[in-house]
Amino acid sequence: MTNSRFFIYLLVMAAVTYLIRALPLVLIRHKIENRFIASFLYYVPYAVLGCMTFPAIFYSTNDLYSAAVGTFTSFLFAYQKKSLLFVAVSAVLAALIVKVIL
Amino acid sequence: MNAFIRGFKDGIPIALGYIAVSFTFGLTAVTGGLTVWQATMISLMCVTSAGQFAGIDIMLAAGGYMEMAMAQLVINLRYALMSISLSQKADSSMNFFARLFVGFGVTDEIFAVAVGNNKSISRKYMFGLIVLPWLSWTFGTLGGALLGSILPEILASAFGIAIYGMFLAIIIPAARDDNKIIGVLMVAVSISLLLYYTPLKHHISQGFAIITAAVAASLFGALVYPIDNETTEEMKEVSQ
Repeated sequence: MTNSRFFIYLLVMAAVTYLIRALPLVLIRHKIENRFIASFLYYVPYAVLGCMTFPAIFYSTNDLYSAAVGTFTSFLFAYQKKSLLFVAVSAVLAALIVKVIL
Repeated sequence: MNAFIRGFKDGIPIALGYIAVSFTFGLTAVTGGLTVWQATMISLMCVTSAGQFAGIDIMLAAGGYMEMAMAQLVINLRYALMSISLSQKADSSMNFFARLFVGFGVTDEIFAVAVGNNKSISRKYMFGLIVLPWLSWTFGTLGGALLGSILPEILASAFGIAIYGMFLAIIIPAARDDNKIIGVLMVAVSISLLLYYTPLKHHISQGFAIITAAVAASLFGALVYPIDNETTEEMKEVSQ
């Protein structure tokens, strides 16, 4: 990737991300009344995170066994409502243990 | 300055959490082929976990600029909702320029802490809240990018699951308490798996796969399980 290509990617990323956050804060000062739009926006974070996680999580550690154990560990602690940091670190440790054993 | 210091203190736990994730981002970016300063610049200017991970995938796959813009739009669309919510609690000190700056620092965690604070939100409080997590996100990325190249392969590959663990820590507790979210997640994951494990994979890039699955699942949710205003209030509590 050339430097100029990287900078265009970076500017697109930064500009889109910034405008999404700043424009509503600057422009919209009343509550959204449209039920459909409000509902759509409500589900977006879960839908995005769900499809970003699966199936990518199974290939995230370069071998299926450690990824499967890491996924199971994440599920377990996430279900118990542990913190983001706790769940992430547990998943890494679980995957690491499987890698060391195998 | 009191409000600034209060915000700064509230930002410390967020900053600690960000070090681990941004370290993983720096490591992943450099492992994938970006340079140390490229990875650091992305974190300095974007401050968004999921969007950045998707962004480097698109860069490394030499995806189109429109694909990049669309992927960032869909992945980060949740921030628009959070910004709208924050603007409801902003006090009179949040003038036009303060809003321009605060808009830069709206993340899931900063939003959650800011709305969890029962007082109205002042400019100084938000400045204090944002500054430390922003720095830790940037320097964590630098650390991961620098150490990533000397880290043993076994450790580096194990770190790859960290970000997904975080994602699960956000969606699983929410799904546990809400069947509607389970329904939306099932649709999102099904479409994602379908796009990955069928020949469609060769025709659609990862960025567009995320957009397609997420928009379809959210539309499904909006049509089948429309929410009422009370649910929006509950979401604020869940995100803490």
